[in-house]
Amino acid sequence: MAAEIQMTTIALRQPGQDTTKQAVLFSLGLLVALAAPFVLYPVFVMKVLCFALFACAFNLLIGFAGLLSFGHAAFFGGAAYITAHAAKVWGLGPELSILLGTGFSAVLGLLFGWVAIRRQGIYFAMITLALSQMIFFLALQLPFTGGEDGIQAVPRGLLFGVIDLNQPLAMYYFVLGVFLAGFALIWRTVHSPFGQVLKAIRENEPRAVSLGYRTERYKLLAFVLSASLAGLAGGTKALVFQLASLTDVTWQMSGEVVLMTLLGGMGTLLGPVVGAALVVTLESYLAGTNLPVPVVIGAIFVVCVLLFRRGIVGEVQHRLQTVQSSQRSRVC
Amino acid sequence: MVTLFGIPSQVLFGQLLLGLINGSFYALLSLGLAVIFGMLNVINFAHGALYMIGAFVAWLLLTKLGLGYWWALGLAPLAVGLLGVVLEKTMLSRLYKLDHLYGLLLTFGLALILEGALRHQYGVSGQPYPIPDLLKGGQNLGFMFLPNYRGWVVVASLVACLGTWYAIERTRLGAYLRAATENPVLVQAFGLNVPVMITATYGFGVALAGLAGVLAAPIYQVNPLMGSNLIIIVFAVVVIGGMGSILGAIVTGLGLGLLEGLTKVFYPEASNIVVFVVMAIVLLIKPAGLFGRER
Amino acid sequence: MPDTVMTRPAATGTGAAMLEISDLHAFYGESHVLHGVSLEVRQGEVVTLLGRNGAGKTTTMRSIMGIVGKRTGSIRFQGKELIGMTQHRIPRLGIGYVPEERGIFASLSVDENLILPPVVKSGGMTIEQIYTLFPNLKGRGSTQGTRLSGGEQQMLAIARILRTGATLILLDEPTEGLAPVIIEQIAVAVRKLKQRGFTIVLVEQNFRFAATIADRHYVMEEGHVVDMIPNDQLAQNMDKLHTYLGV
Repeated sequence: MAAEIQMTTIALRQPGQDTTKQAVLFSLGLLVALAAPFVLYPVFVMKVLCFALFACAFNLLIGFAGLLSFGHAAFFGGAAYITAHAAKVWGLGPELSILLGTGFSAVLGLLFGWVAIRRQGIYFAMITLALSQMIFFLALQLPFTGGEDGIQAVPRGLLFGVIDLNQPLAMYYFVLGVFLAGFALIWRTVHSPFGQVLKAIRENEPRAVSLGYRTERYKLLAFVLSASLAGLAGGTKALVFQLASLTDVTWQMSGEVVLMTLLGGMGTLLGPVVGAALVVTLESYLAGTNLPVPVVIGAIFVVCVLLFRRGIVGEVQHRLQTVQSSQRSRVC
Repeated sequence: MVTLFGIPSQVLFGQLLLGLINGSFYALLSLGLAVIFGMLNVINFAHGALYMIGAFVAWLLLTKLGLGYWWALGLAPLAVGLLGVVLEKTMLSRLYKLDHLYGLLLTFGLALILEGALRHQYGVSGQPYPIPDLLKGGQNLGFMFLPNYRGWVVVASLVACLGTWYAIERTRLGAYLRAATENPVLVQAFGLNVPVMITATYGFGVALAGLAGVLAAPIYQVNPLMGSNLIIIVFAVVVIGGMGSILGAIVTGLGLGLLEGLTKVFYPEASNIVVFVVMAIVLLIKPAGLFGRER
Repeated sequence: MPDTVMTRPAATGTGAAMLEISDLHAFYGESHVLHGVSLEVRQGEVVTLLGRNGAGKTTTMRSIMGIVGKRTGSIRFQGKELIGMTQHRIPRLGIGYVPEERGIFASLSVDENLILPPVVKSGGMTIEQIYTLFPNLKGRGSTQGTRLSGGEQQMLAIARILRTGATLILLDEPTEGLAPVIIEQIAVAVRKLKQRGFTIVLVEQNFRFAATIADRHYVMEEGHVVDMIPNDQLAQNMDKLHTYLGV
């Protein structure tokens, strides 16, 4: 896994011409995002944005730190509950509620990370799964979560006391803002010295240790960051749908975000976004048909793992790389 | 009526028995997981789904072919084992050269497919499966009432677990398995067909899960979701026990089942999560697991 | 680079070529490790592969057993081509492999280690005969394999191959890391095996030990066979050998 992710992340760092390309791509993407609510259902695009942020947060951990968490739903759904409760029961504004949800996930991430990071690889995945299942059972039983019904009719409120988020466009641009902020943070992290150390740890941890890095701390920090951003996504989602429910904390939800990232391309920055868009669209489409959604999701998983491990964006980057290197060799 | 710690003995021992039964399933399933992990280095997420398939095969044998419990006890594990062999040969074996996490992801996808397909076909409500006539009724032991079938489940699981332990630790075939787990290249250099051993190990491991499914059918309803929540607890059991020893897996499974039962008596709200809490504690004190060797 | 090996058999070889390697190239992934190795071993011979660390001796052994990545060229055992054969069939032709690391299994007892390799041909030694050859192993049956000393593990590694009936034995550095007393015991055992007609390919850095048992010595350097020295011409070639082995 490390070697394949390595291939695709190297592609991020090519200087000169490619930063112009990236800027162009980014501007195009931004234009699309700004225009989207006029073409598609705003709630649908908001859903995509929330899950895209969720997947990007997850990808920070697996793609760049090399840690597969199978329990990210705990952060996503947990924050959703906290945000929902804060907005509905405590009457806090949307910014504060989301902040509280994010903060909750940060603390939970610290606790879970501290326990889970003691093991590696497969064990790490199993531990995160088990810990998040604990959150599921707590959500099932604690009174404030509303059990099977969840927390419903969550008010969106007034952003900063002035902007009415019940207006679809206002809510949409708010969510877009949240997504862009989260994405920017991830982009910055990946391209920072901290990100470089993470990459070194992912590729050869013993070597990083011998170079004097306290790898446990870096991994824990990455975990907390990833958990917080997942919480940001979850809290935002609670306001978008005005609902926090058990589905948000199930292991199936954890699995879905893994699939989005795998399908889009682990270790790429855009991959999770693409993957999230695809999976959300697919599930919307399937909901209208008679086909069992888990079977389709599972089948895509199987196909991806067997035949398509680079994911969509990863595959595109790989093709571009081989084209570029063959062009260069022809010049030589 | 006898009370212990303020709890009537009937209730206490009743819950302990339930805990022992759950523990038997934990032991059977974590044993299968450990055997598979030892040879293949794959965490078989599909284990819960295959346990569920074992129960469904038993139910289908009864409702479609009129074959009862004792047939199912033999045929269902066989069917599940065969399914496992097919899955290993066609898909799992392609991943051995890659990062072990891909095996987890593949089996996760398989679990979704299996569970989703059966849920689509049969819905989420359970199908009842009758207790076999021979095991109906129960014994009054004075301090508690012991239903025959539940006693049978504990005994049968123990026999299966100990039988597996014996086969692996004391037989020639088991020696092949242990050696191949330790150094597959050298074992192959002696002329033994290691890929076949690997396939057989996976088949056997999931057959144990299928057996557990048959044992479970008369107790829990046969429903497509019966495996998924169970598997996560079994994962925690496996992390607690460590995967170094077979006896360790058995002891840990039984022990945690009992602990769950006790918690249900004295602090019922925590009974769902006590295993996870124990896991967190064990990880902080002995990360390799109670019986584990650092892998 | 073509090798300049003389493939004329030594005087002690009895007839047919048992093992013929021609132009063997071997690769670990992208790494080209053997560059056209050619050598020949006749039935009943003891042949050594001498050379420094990294010369390709162990890789040659592993190539014969088929446990190296990619191979091209030809390896024939009693006329049968080994390259392309399913890996686990190769030992079943009668080739026994005693690896450099000995490979005694920690999860098996001494007895289980001893009977692990399946019998591939009739005529293998009985357990009694093995105990006569290696008295140190007697009575240790239920001990965990890795509790034996280094020398005893080496004897066990050889003993389990003798039970299988293999007639060609690949011995990789059997004396490495062992005390001189133990080395002598192993030398005695290997000599007895030669008397019984086993064909042996021996990898050794300790060429004084090799000189006491071998009929011919192949010298390897950087993935090639660079020379072949019959044992009776060893004295005259000492200087050359010292250069090759950097001793």
